[in-house]
Amino acid sequence: MPFFTPGDDPGPSFTELLRRVGLAPPVPTLSPGERIEIAHGTTVVAIRYADGVVMAGDRRATAGNFISHRAIEKVFPADRHSGVAIAGAAGPAMEMVKLFQLQLEHYEKVEGTALSLEGKANTLAQMVRSNLPAAMQGLGVVPLFAGYDTHRRAGRLFEYDLTGGRYEETRFAASGSGSLHASTVIKLGYREGMDRGGAVDLAITALFEAADEDSATGGPDLVRGIYPVIATITSSGFERLADDEVAERFQDLVATLTEREATAPRLPETTTEGGGER
Amino acid sequence: MTMPFYVAPEQVMKDRADYARKGIARGRSLAAVLYDQGILICAENPSSTLRKISEIYDRIAFAGVGKYNEFDQLRIAGIRAADLKGYAYSREDVDARSLANQYAQILGQIFTHEMKPMEVEILVAEVGAEPGGDQLFHILYDGTVMDEENVTVLGGEAEAIAARLQETWRAGLPLDEAVRVTVQALAGPERSIGPSELEAAVLSRTNGRRAFRRIDDEELSGYLGEQASPS
Repeated sequence: MPFFTPGDDPGPSFTELLRRVGLAPPVPTLSPGERIEIAHGTTVVAIRYADGVVMAGDRRATAGNFISHRAIEKVFPADRHSGVAIAGAAGPAMEMVKLFQLQLEHYEKVEGTALSLEGKANTLAQMVRSNLPAAMQGLGVVPLFAGYDTHRRAGRLFEYDLTGGRYEETRFAASGSGSLHASTVIKLGYREGMDRGGAVDLAITALFEAADEDSATGGPDLVRGIYPVIATITSSGFERLADDEVAERFQDLVATLTEREATAPRLPETTTEGGGER
Repeated sequence: MTMPFYVAPEQVMKDRADYARKGIARGRSLAAVLYDQGILICAENPSSTLRKISEIYDRIAFAGVGKYNEFDQLRIAGIRAADLKGYAYSREDVDARSLANQYAQILGQIFTHEMKPMEVEILVAEVGAEPGGDQLFHILYDGTVMDEENVTVLGGEAEAIAARLQETWRAGLPLDEAVRVTVQALAGPERSIGPSELEAAVLSRTNGRRAFRRIDDEELSGYLGEQASPS
């Protein structure tokens, strides 16, 4: 059982405790410029709405041209009132999420109260920053953090960059290779004070369009029944949507798009020179 | 040359035990009982911020009586040990028995080797997946571990309170009744204790991963009804 002298005490920090007892995860060391091919997670989005925040992530992990995993999860509860979504190198990202979850819970237990949402966002920034040496070798992790701020009584969301830069967004945020397409969709469809249904549908549309344009982002897998992970964070906490609901909303979207496609103008049929009917 | 006084080891141990017991007896007592959904821990504690009962891990709670700063150190060490073990291995591998043994080692070591023993008595409780799996480990200032069944009481007046509690407790009590019998046992026949002087928490099987939940004053007064309000 770890005991520390007062000057040496790690306080409520779990990562600091790991360092003191020598369990801190090692930073990978490659020679400069060397890269390793590992699984990467792709598109995650977060949207603010009337009651809080919606977070969503596709399920594909890729290693170069390979789809290395079809059902990876990128959206996780960080604690009761916040969630974290990850894009980037899957291994380090998942380790970061695990450590982040442990850190928040450890703090809460030691101190007897939970960190403020601001405090949680800063903790994650420090973790991203401490991953910088690994990020320089291609093992970057770029999370989104969102939560319900119980002091302000509102949903808030944060984006990060590789250096641990922390940027609060007022409407939506996206990260990963498909984020450009996803955020354009959200930007166009966003309305102030949207309800839950509107925000979830917008997130689903954004992921669908990102998957349509970005090969590293996975669309809904109807054959295997794998749908994006979508969660809401409100005053009643982090809540992952049931697959049934997500599937239903996806089917509605697909039906609408199919209908639109059916009436879309067709390219004129081309006939090959000299290739007439015989 | 001055000769050091010879003090018999029996006397040293006895003095230390008396010292620790006296320190513990100065504070209020604490009781833990099994109820139908898990374990109820209830303490007499006028402070609403300096807590005697707290969460250690998913299904494990800690409670202490005696000197606050001493059992709080033990509490934090327990959280650290549990979180480190869960991180290094798996959440399932963290259990109350192992924590209780570690606490016993520390308390035993301090009792025999340090000038001053810790003036604390602690409880490590774990709620099982099934009613039969609930565990209560009661650890004394000298490192003695007791694996208790159904009911345990910590603190200066432990014996009297335990005797009262053994009479009124029965298996499968719902939470409200468990609170009533526990508070009545803590108070004794001559007094009544109000919600604001109590601290209570449960480890409940129905709470999901983190079984620990505090019971606030409002909920407590609901359970205690009129018996609680001093008339």
